[in-house]
Amino acid sequence: MSDLEAFRSETRAWLEANCPPEMRKPMASDEDTFWGGRNAKFSSEPQRVWFERMRDKGWTVPHWPKEYGGGGLDGEEAKIVRQEMAAIGARQPLTSFGISMLGPALLKYGTDAQKKEHLPKIAAGLIRWCQGYSEPNAGSDLASLQTRAESDGDDYVINGQKIWTSYANFADWIFCLVRTDPAAKKHDGISFILFDMASKGVSTKPILLISGKSPFCETFFDNVRVPKSHVVGTVNRGWDVAKYLLQHERAMISGMGERGVGRPLGQIAADSVGSDEQGRLDDAMLRGQIASFEVDEAALSAAAERMVDLAKAGQGHPAFSSAMKYYGTELNKRRHEILMSAGGIDALEWESPRSKEGARPRAWLRTKANSIEGGTSEVMLGIVAKRILDLPGA
Amino acid sequence: MPLLLTEEQSMLRDSARGLIGGKAPVAHLRKLRDSRDAAGFSPELWAAFAEMGFCGLLIPEQFGGSGLGCVEAGVVMEEIGRTLMPSPFLATGVVSAAALSRGGSAAQKSEYLPKIAEGKLLAALAVDEGAKHRPAQTALRAARSGNGFKLSGAKALVVDGHVADLLIVAARTAGGPGERDGLTLFLVDPKAKGLAVERTAMVDAHNAARVAFDNVEVDADHVLGEVDGGGALLEDVLGIGRGAVAAEMVGLSEEVFGRTVAYLKERKQFGKAIGEFQALQHRAAQLYIDIEITRAAVLKALQALDANIDKAASAVAVAKARAGTTATRAVQEGVQMHGGMGMTDQFDIGLFMKRARVCEELFGDANFHADQLARAKGY
Repeated sequence: MSDLEAFRSETRAWLEANCPPEMRKPMASDEDTFWGGRNAKFSSEPQRVWFERMRDKGWTVPHWPKEYGGGGLDGEEAKIVRQEMAAIGARQPLTSFGISMLGPALLKYGTDAQKKEHLPKIAAGLIRWCQGYSEPNAGSDLASLQTRAESDGDDYVINGQKIWTSYANFADWIFCLVRTDPAAKKHDGISFILFDMASKGVSTKPILLISGKSPFCETFFDNVRVPKSHVVGTVNRGWDVAKYLLQHERAMISGMGERGVGRPLGQIAADSVGSDEQGRLDDAMLRGQIASFEVDEAALSAAAERMVDLAKAGQGHPAFSSAMKYYGTELNKRRHEILMSAGGIDALEWESPRSKEGARPRAWLRTKANSIEGGTSEVMLGIVAKRILDLPGA
Repeated sequence: MPLLLTEEQSMLRDSARGLIGGKAPVAHLRKLRDSRDAAGFSPELWAAFAEMGFCGLLIPEQFGGSGLGCVEAGVVMEEIGRTLMPSPFLATGVVSAAALSRGGSAAQKSEYLPKIAEGKLLAALAVDEGAKHRPAQTALRAARSGNGFKLSGAKALVVDGHVADLLIVAARTAGGPGERDGLTLFLVDPKAKGLAVERTAMVDAHNAARVAFDNVEVDADHVLGEVDGGGALLEDVLGIGRGAVAAEMVGLSEEVFGRTVAYLKERKQFGKAIGEFQALQHRAAQLYIDIEITRAAVLKALQALDANIDKAASAVAVAKARAGTTATRAVQEGVQMHGGMGMTDQFDIGLFMKRARVCEELFGDANFHADQLARAKGY
């Protein structure tokens, strides 16, 4: 048996022994996601047990170095952990923008002191992060952001406003893009800085969305003092860090759909639509839509796997995450359109225990943001046209 | 296993590309088409294929092949897709080699496989009958007669049927059309009494035939695999063929796309390259993404076929369906973005469109495979 095969069987046995049965069921509501943070609450005992066991093993972040609270696994081993978790339907023990976005950027651009300070707290779920990127006048044109950081001794003094800050009202710290040189060209005067959301002068205001929920906030900075040592990377070169982080964000968003877990879409549809005597969905057009969707979904899963393998082999294109972000988000919107169509009248209820307080239509509406947040579909296609296809003037 | 080609597979690709790209560019197909070549392919190139070991890729070493797998066959098919080379590789080197290797008796393997590996025997699979690929609907009847069978019925889209030295024929020995059980595969000599082959000139200028059977006698020892139990073997062989055609379509799509992007950079209107227009940039980007995702799905299916063919059906259905829709989109966008020039016979782009249409029908179109996937998932 090769080392990797041995690792796979050890992993399988460990997960079998340690993942509570409740944590192997598809997530049903927002409460099933554990985000960590200073005010973290577990929604159930199995959720706590699962998180703590994975944390102690370093498997909230299997591929991070052990010194930062990770599992110290190489790429092949980390893939095996993902595959074995997927095989039993194990939930992520910890969901965190620290893991999916800030961590990779800190590992690449952070100082030793920054890594030692922040990464272990991310891995252990002690600090919950939010992302301060978009502003009211800087959406797709992110680099035109105006939040300014003015030098004052050993500190910066930050003033301005962010918008679409996911869960800012629950976050402990923020990674934030600020303008440190207003005279420079728009990409050249930006810095990437970290600060505590409990700092004096920070306030947040949730935004009510079409889903009736408020996952995003407006975030205001009024003379917030932040030590200069909290800048990640070089001052005025924050755009490099921002772009690197966006690659990871886009990869994360492209994987947001609940691919390959839970019941197949066709069977969910059969519950409400019914089946004919041959077991085929009693709506031929819908059946065809679902089947085409599942073809594309399976193909995207293969492409996601290949993207990781290409990156490991040093053959990946850095802009390919934009391609995956585009396709993954458009596909997820398609999935939820199908779910709404399959649910028919039953999927229209907004407030009732029967409909889990309108879980299906709210989730459907939430997905409409997928192709806007983290860079719109149009921006993604523009990046592919320019950076991969090298089309003129793109 | 990483979803990448290994070093050996990349080397195979390079040598296939060298031979096919060098000796059989698209002009090669044009020449065969315009001269109404009787064979429809180049025997010299087929001999070169054999010399490089391509004919025996899927044949076990003990029968003169190299015992490689579907990923390797796909690597060669992809290069064939790039230049539209008409070649017996698919019918003989992939489908028939797989059928004989997997289903043949010791005597059948010894008789046929070494000749295929040497490039000295051409074989063709005869399965389709109606307008659409529906293997379970096979109606061609094989009735028991003395020590053998008598075959009656008709087959269509028999790839390379007009040059084949050996036909592998799917026939019904029990049950009726629509039933998966009761199929048997026969090895039939195309010169047998009662058998008529009509070469069909196809839209893509590649090679196919219709074959009619009028009480064609076949000995019992020419049954390939089990009597009445040929359905499973046929399904395996078709799976391998589908993976191979999907790989051809990936090569075809990528080539069309490359030519189209080059044209977007070169063609000027309104005083600038048309590739500067965002309407075209976004469509080009979408097509690029489609092709990359399809490439991954096809490699996944080829690896699945090599790892365990019994569990590969869904991956193959996904690959063939995706490859069909992607290639269809690639050639349509290719013609449209080439404008009026795309409509001319002089430009190659139309030849890709024609081949894509044939590949889409071959071994089941995207609708067929999406339906298969839905059935497998129980809805």
